Amino acid sequence: MNQTSASVYPVSNKTEEISERILAVIVDNEPGVLSRVVGLFSARGYNIESLTVAETDVEKHRSRITIVTNGTPAKIEQIKAQLGRLVPVQRVIDVSGEVDALERELALVKIAAQSDQRVEAMRLADIFRARALDTTHTSFVFEITGTREKVNAFIDLMRPLGLTEVSRTGVLSIRRGVETD
Amino acid sequence: MTASVSDKQKLPQSNAAPQSAVKSGADLLLDALEEQGVEVIFGYPGGAVLPIYDALFARDKIQHILMRHEQGAVHAAEGYARSSGKPGVVLVTSGPGATNAVTGLADALLDSIPLVCITGQVARPLIGTDAFQECDTIGITRACTKHNYLVQSAERLPTIVHEAFHVAKNGRPGPVLIDIPKDVQFDQAPYVARSAARKRNCIIVPEAQSHQINQAVEMMRSARRPVFYTGGGLINSGPDASQTLRDLVKETGFPVTSTLMGLGAFRASDPLWLGMLGMHGSYEANNAMHDCDLMICLGARFDDRITGRLDAFSPGSKKIHVDIDPSSINKNVAVDLGIVGDVQSVMKSILEAWQGARERTPVDTNGLDPWIRQIEDWRRKESFGYEKSKKFIKPQHAIERLYQLSRDRDVFITTEVGQHQMWAAQHFHFDEPNRWMTSGGLGTMGYGLPAALGVQAAHPGALVVDIAGDASVQMTMQEFSAAVQHKLPIKIFILNNEYLGMVRQWQELLHGGRYSHSYSDSLPDFVKLAEAYGGVGLRAESPDELDDQIMKMINVDRPVLFDCVVTKEENVFPMIPSGAAHNEMMMGGQVTGDEIDDEGRKLV
Repeated sequence: MNQTSASVYPVSNKTEEISERILAVIVDNEPGVLSRVVGLFSARGYNIESLTVAETDVEKHRSRITIVTNGTPAKIEQIKAQLGRLVPVQRVIDVSGEVDALERELALVKIAAQSDQRVEAMRLADIFRARALDTTHTSFVFEITGTREKVNAFIDLMRPLGLTEVSRTGVLSIRRGVETD
Repeated sequence: MTASVSDKQKLPQSNAAPQSAVKSGADLLLDALEEQGVEVIFGYPGGAVLPIYDALFARDKIQHILMRHEQGAVHAAEGYARSSGKPGVVLVTSGPGATNAVTGLADALLDSIPLVCITGQVARPLIGTDAFQECDTIGITRACTKHNYLVQSAERLPTIVHEAFHVAKNGRPGPVLIDIPKDVQFDQAPYVARSAARKRNCIIVPEAQSHQINQAVEMMRSARRPVFYTGGGLINSGPDASQTLRDLVKETGFPVTSTLMGLGAFRASDPLWLGMLGMHGSYEANNAMHDCDLMICLGARFDDRITGRLDAFSPGSKKIHVDIDPSSINKNVAVDLGIVGDVQSVMKSILEAWQGARERTPVDTNGLDPWIRQIEDWRRKESFGYEKSKKFIKPQHAIERLYQLSRDRDVFITTEVGQHQMWAAQHFHFDEPNRWMTSGGLGTMGYGLPAALGVQAAHPGALVVDIAGDASVQMTMQEFSAAVQHKLPIKIFILNNEYLGMVRQWQELLHGGRYSHSYSDSLPDFVKLAEAYGGVGLRAESPDELDDQIMKMINVDRPVLFDCVVTKEENVFPMIPSGAAHNEMMMGGQVTGDEIDDEGRKLV
């Protein structure tokens, strides 16, 4: 038993698996709604790995906030319940928990490289179906879309080939088939 | 109201006007409040709410109580809400008015008290310019309200007010803030009635599912060492919830304990009552929680003051948790069965299912006997006992006398925060809900005096006593002046030990008796202070005069400050030290000063 077990605070001794989860939060698009969601995460000590937000239904004033977070299963349940308490939140969808969820992220990746490295970068970009948006004699900017893992893998491969800068959108998600959220 | 006649002519009469007529934002606000049944507002005027105060001047449906500080206004509204079951309403100005209200809002959020707080804001064109008395009220109060609104137009105002009341009252209650820019208060728009308002029905409480109810009843039927652990949710759910709990206990024969916030939901005079549980709870309540085989948590939230050390919390029990707030379930303690719903309707379903099951197969009524005998054993320890004194007033004795002498009265008790609060919870006994108002979650010193004022406003004929400490009471002492002005005869019963008592106790037990800055070297003469405010001052210094003075306090129909001079170094026992389990309680008279280990010392 470690020392922190004496805490009267909810400190768990169990080493539960921490996993990454994607949550989609459907909210009324009103002023301040994003800071309510973000404020909840910071106030309760939850992590935000990425966050994407935009109005998705102009008529109904609905926005979709997609958050990548991590935690033990119990913590994820707590995050979902806490989000559900916010008045402008209509629904919380645990995208990672759904079998029919599609997930995409877009990244812009800048490579500054010469000769051989340029050829290798182009070859890898081809394999990953990344598009060169901008080309100079000494640099590329690639656009890549895919799952978070695919984007991560591409960035990791590019790192030794002169990667200098990355810009990412954060994850987007939608349900497969005819059903909607 | 002679002074207001000329103003009445200038301003449109609220209810006589047809639906389509336009009115100022200030009138729309008051119309909406009136339609919501608001009778009392606790407030403090200022530049950014002057149009609202102007409109208020012309009306007499709503009583306004002028407080002395915005924090006091919010606490008064909390006392009003907690004792009446209706939402409390606060009206304060922008900037410092709003920031002063923050403590009260945070208090109401943690104790789930329904409030609607209206703040003025600088005019819309000035927002964001660092104008005079401007602050980001919405940003500041986002974390200490259940929800808040910035009103962008007078058209939206009535709907927002109706939605705010819906949010404050429904689900897990809480404070809601409406920030109204000054120009919106002047703008003209038509009124929108509650029934026509396009408000969101954003708080939906699910009905408990019957399979969960049946599972709960099955667990209860097979339990041999059960305990009901009840909380403030029962009070929030209304008087029916208390009645249903009593029916349920009568039917099952299970013993009951309660958190600080839930006192009064169950009858303290009932033989199955175990007393309060938690850090300063009774020996029998905490041991019952530790040794039970089934814990049924009704409207409580497994707070750290209740559970003590989490990994040693009730290790052998199955747990059922009924809560209206899904995020409360499995937050601190993992439970075997979580039921989301209104505790009253869930208890009713459980009661009906229990009765149905009993008719099919009777329960073994003797099964609980060993458990009840065990509890009687623990009870014999008399854990709330203390060393009596003939020479000095013991604080516990003072509360016992107050309790005995006020028993035939319609009595409401509020408290501040600290030792006196715990002694009040231990030694003042409640048989009815809504009679006990205290700051449980946030632990706000200074809560009790203004809260008493709010209680008195809701119950004009009742005996309202704030059991206070000499340190806490000075935090909101100025509200005594509001009580005098509004002829609210609240009784402030100060247990005066000249110390910040609970701080002193922790310093004694945890910090080697180094009483760092916990002694008040220069206290006011509370009797003279009361007189200076235009109230009544009373003092008791020895046990002989205590009863007489208490009777004087009870019988006088004016606000009273009662300076009850008690023993200085009394500690609250029993106590579960930080980092200890329920069955490792410290009792009075066994303290050595090394009871708490290094780890425990780090905890609050």
